[in-house]
Amino acid sequence: MPAVSKGDGMRGLAVFISDIRNCKSKEAEIKRINKELANIRSKFKGDKALDGYSKKKYVCKLLFIFLLGHDIDFGHMEAVNLLSSNKYTEKQIGYLFISVLVNSNSELIRLINNAIKNDLSSRNPTFMCLALHCIANVGSREMAEAFAGEIPRILVAGDTMDSVKQSAALCLLRLYKASPDLVLMGEWTSRVVHLLNDQHMGVVTAAISLITCLSSKNPDEFKTCVSLAVSRLSRIVSSASTDLQDYTYYFVPAPWLSCKLLRLLQCYPPPEDGAVKGRLVECLETILNKAQEPPKSKKVQHSNAKNAILFEAISLIIHYDSEPNLLVRACNQLGQFLQHRETNLRYLALESMCTLASSEFSHEAVKTHIETVINALKTERDVSVRQRAADLLYAMCDRSNAKQIVAEMLSYLETADYSIREEMVLKVAILAEKYAVDYSWYVDTILNLIRIAGDYVSEEVWYRVIQIVINRDDVQGYAAKTVFEALQAPACHENMVKVGGYILGEFGNLIAGDPRSSPLVQFNLLHSKFHLCSVPTRALLLSAYIKFINLFPETKATIQEVLRSDSQIRNSDVELQQRAVEYLKLSSIASTDVLATVLEEMPPFPERESSILAKLKKKKGPGAVSVELEDGKERGELNGGGDRGVPDLTNALSTPSPSADLLGLRSAAPVSGAAPSAGSLLVDVFSEAGPAAASAGVNDDGFLRFVCKNNGVLFENQLLQIGIKSEYRQNLGRMYLFYGNKTSVQFVSFSTTLNVQTKTVEPLVEGGAQVQQVINIECLTDFVDAPLLNIKFRYGGALQNISLKLPVTINKFFQPTEMAAADFFQRWKQLSQPQQEAQKIFKASHGMDTEVLKAKLLGLGTALLENVDPNPENYVCAGVIQTKAQQVGCLLRLEPNAQAQMYRLTLRSSKDTVSQRVCDLLAEQF
Amino acid sequence: MHFLLLFSRQGKLRLQKWFTPVPEREKKKIVRDMTTMVLGRKPRSCNFLHWKDLKIVYKKYASLYFCCGLDAEENELLALEVLHRYVELLDKYFGNVCELDIIFNFEKAYFILDEFLLGGEVQETSKQVLSRSIEASDMLQEVCFGRSCLLSVLSIIFSVVL
Repeated sequence: MPAVSKGDGMRGLAVFISDIRNCKSKEAEIKRINKELANIRSKFKGDKALDGYSKKKYVCKLLFIFLLGHDIDFGHMEAVNLLSSNKYTEKQIGYLFISVLVNSNSELIRLINNAIKNDLSSRNPTFMCLALHCIANVGSREMAEAFAGEIPRILVAGDTMDSVKQSAALCLLRLYKASPDLVLMGEWTSRVVHLLNDQHMGVVTAAISLITCLSSKNPDEFKTCVSLAVSRLSRIVSSASTDLQDYTYYFVPAPWLSCKLLRLLQCYPPPEDGAVKGRLVECLETILNKAQEPPKSKKVQHSNAKNAILFEAISLIIHYDSEPNLLVRACNQLGQFLQHRETNLRYLALESMCTLASSEFSHEAVKTHIETVINALKTERDVSVRQRAADLLYAMCDRSNAKQIVAEMLSYLETADYSIREEMVLKVAILAEKYAVDYSWYVDTILNLIRIAGDYVSEEVWYRVIQIVINRDDVQGYAAKTVFEALQAPACHENMVKVGGYILGEFGNLIAGDPRSSPLVQFNLLHSKFHLCSVPTRALLLSAYIKFINLFPETKATIQEVLRSDSQIRNSDVELQQRAVEYLKLSSIASTDVLATVLEEMPPFPERESSILAKLKKKKGPGAVSVELEDGKERGELNGGGDRGVPDLTNALSTPSPSADLLGLRSAAPVSGAAPSAGSLLVDVFSEAGPAAASAGVNDDGFLRFVCKNNGVLFENQLLQIGIKSEYRQNLGRMYLFYGNKTSVQFVSFSTTLNVQTKTVEPLVEGGAQVQQVINIECLTDFVDAPLLNIKFRYGGALQNISLKLPVTINKFFQPTEMAAADFFQRWKQLSQPQQEAQKIFKASHGMDTEVLKAKLLGLGTALLENVDPNPENYVCAGVIQTKAQQVGCLLRLEPNAQAQMYRLTLRSSKDTVSQRVCDLLAEQF
Repeated sequence: MHFLLLFSRQGKLRLQKWFTPVPEREKKKIVRDMTTMVLGRKPRSCNFLHWKDLKIVYKKYASLYFCCGLDAEENELLALEVLHRYVELLDKYFGNVCELDIIFNFEKAYFILDEFLLGGEVQETSKQVLSRSIEASDMLQEVCFGRSCLLSVLSIIFSVVL
């Protein structure tokens, strides 16, 4: 019967298409097309009015030409005319043309919208569907503006035909995804949820996509869908394969609907209602059981549909992450698939296991498959499967198996496909750093990495190894020895020369005692590579040479000779020439003391997010590195209990003030294992990145973190990040607030109000963009309450409201005051009235590391006075708080008791409220 | 689903459907990447790939490759069956569909796709329901919607849909 439409449709079109197919060359094709375009243009411009059929035919030809990849700049008007034809076939072609070739010509959009409006109100289901398809295909903002109000009405109206409902649901979904702010929730939302109960399976299948999207954005409003979805799922899962008639696909009942239902449930936590939950667990068990049953058909469609549901069920189980029994069953099922003869299933099993590996219930179960996965990495024929195996090894890696996994990945790298080498290199580098027990292993691994895949070792990786070597003095000697050996290879990668140059320049002295690596031998080795290297590496080597002059005065003559040679001092590259000239001069005129100061060993690098991890994230796109987001348990055991604890205060996400930063890092003394110091490496990035709920209540914890520092991230949730930079002088301050939109969607009606006055901010924050706000602060008199900042904006349809205390505290207006011991005690005695003193005794809630304490006290804004207190364990500080009304002198004494893990903090000032407030604030910091 | 592409073994694009807004230049790049990537795969490789942030699912039917791009949370196996159901629908409509049918009746291939998928989501999965509505619109092909025959046509639609 459908034969009616074929062939006899448009003869001219068929002839044109076969002409194009017969063209022998690209030129001939273009010629034929240009001829046709000229013909169509003249017909459209001609005096004679075209009949509908011709118009349809020509529009269709234009469409064909466009789909071949040629530009079309006319015919839109004729296509729009077809929309209002009363012949179905002409209308249909018109809509197709518009859907494929949207032009944001506003005049045209108005006409198109008009035609759509007519068809939507025609009450003819076929026309309504055509119009809805067009809106869904175009999905532009103009269309959303015109129809976002109308479509929900069509969707829930009682007399709408099923097919129209299906189109309306998906059309609305498309508009919501494109312009969420234009689709307003209303009384239709509850009726949409009830479409889950619709008798027509097709309607449920279409509607559930819409419901899932809306639920993920507004979970509370759609909560009722959970129980409806569970009962619908349970009916499908328990039905016999023939019950659902044509909705059974190769003996699998309603696979699409089942998967969508399981997907919808993943927008929510496990159901609280025991009965609903019981029913759902039963469904999941049935699905897992069915996987063990013999197949009802040998067709691949049968097993695909069945396993699609199984994988979706496993995703839900992983999402709940609360049913150990189901998690282990899921893991076993995936374990079976790991060895399945279908490549697709092996691929998917590796992929799903990656997410299972991050659950504490199944991490161990996943680890039992390590040999299979390593085998897959070695033997799979298909690179995309090998890639998944590498991902899984990365995800299942922990302290217990890190050495094995890193070794396997390294050996795989030697033969790995070029397409995945760079990512593999990053992964090896991250694992090596994250799970390094002894840093000599780390250094070995990275140098091996450079040796095996030097071309793929990005700057981030070799920067990182240098940062770590500089920051850890226990590995410096070993690193110098190892690079020295590595450089002896006749051909070594330029990245190796860079690392070698940097490390020998800093720490070559540590191996200079051995005559086999005497200073001159080291220098000659480095210089033998010089001529093979690119300009940036040569520049680095020149710096290493001048460092050598400082480390080893005996090399001075040789190196000066090199610097003086024409190839250096007259080098055509400006940078090299400048370095050669300056270093030569520096080495000849500066005294050894000056030289030693200028060329001093590099200070430790501030710890921040590992540049490698940042790079991996960028490579994979946001959301793809969920594996790194480990739970607290994992974090605790990293790096041997965080022996270089950077306290929460100088956290990686923030930019701590320079003094706090360096002091925090120099603390070589190990913090006791129990201290909750954030691991100093990769993962500390996440220690405060947990999603803070966008609560209506005032957010306090951000506030307290800023008592002793001025810069950092004040607030962060899934949508918004607020960063702060502030500076204070005397009684004045300036604060920069940075509002960063973390999503890809615009925030609209963005506003901030402060209970004092501010300049307004831009009302729109584009996706991924940041806006800045400056607040000028003057301290009039001492105060306790911090200013409240209220932020409102619309994200999607929903209004977001966030209240924050701005971290402006009285101590920000401290001027440090240096004084001698006698002076201090005299003033201390002067402030002896009881109300002038505030005292607190409290338990240490962080480690009691000396340098950390000092950093915090300096961050407070006071001067830290040395040699004042007779007990060297104690700290005393002095400062003056500047307000407009008066100046308040303030003295502080902090007495730690390491045995009892307690502190006593005493404050004396000329004003009782100030003593009390500073004491309260500071007591929260230790 | 972000897009669906049909291309031949020689890399000739036969059908392209974009479910999310993509600039023309980007479209051309995606088509180029997909054809080179998919055509370069060895036989009996798995049907899934990662490409940027998308999962790519493809399958070869005779001389034609069907290839779609999915979001990270979409189900690959089900997408394979989406491709299969589309092939079945084309097959039912054309009767032993071949590449030539799709070349010469490209507009029909688009119409059938619109009945099945909308905005990248499955709209209807029943082959019976889908074939009926595709046939129904075919019967309307040359019918005039003048006042005189409107009623009779509406009755056709209703008889077909119900």
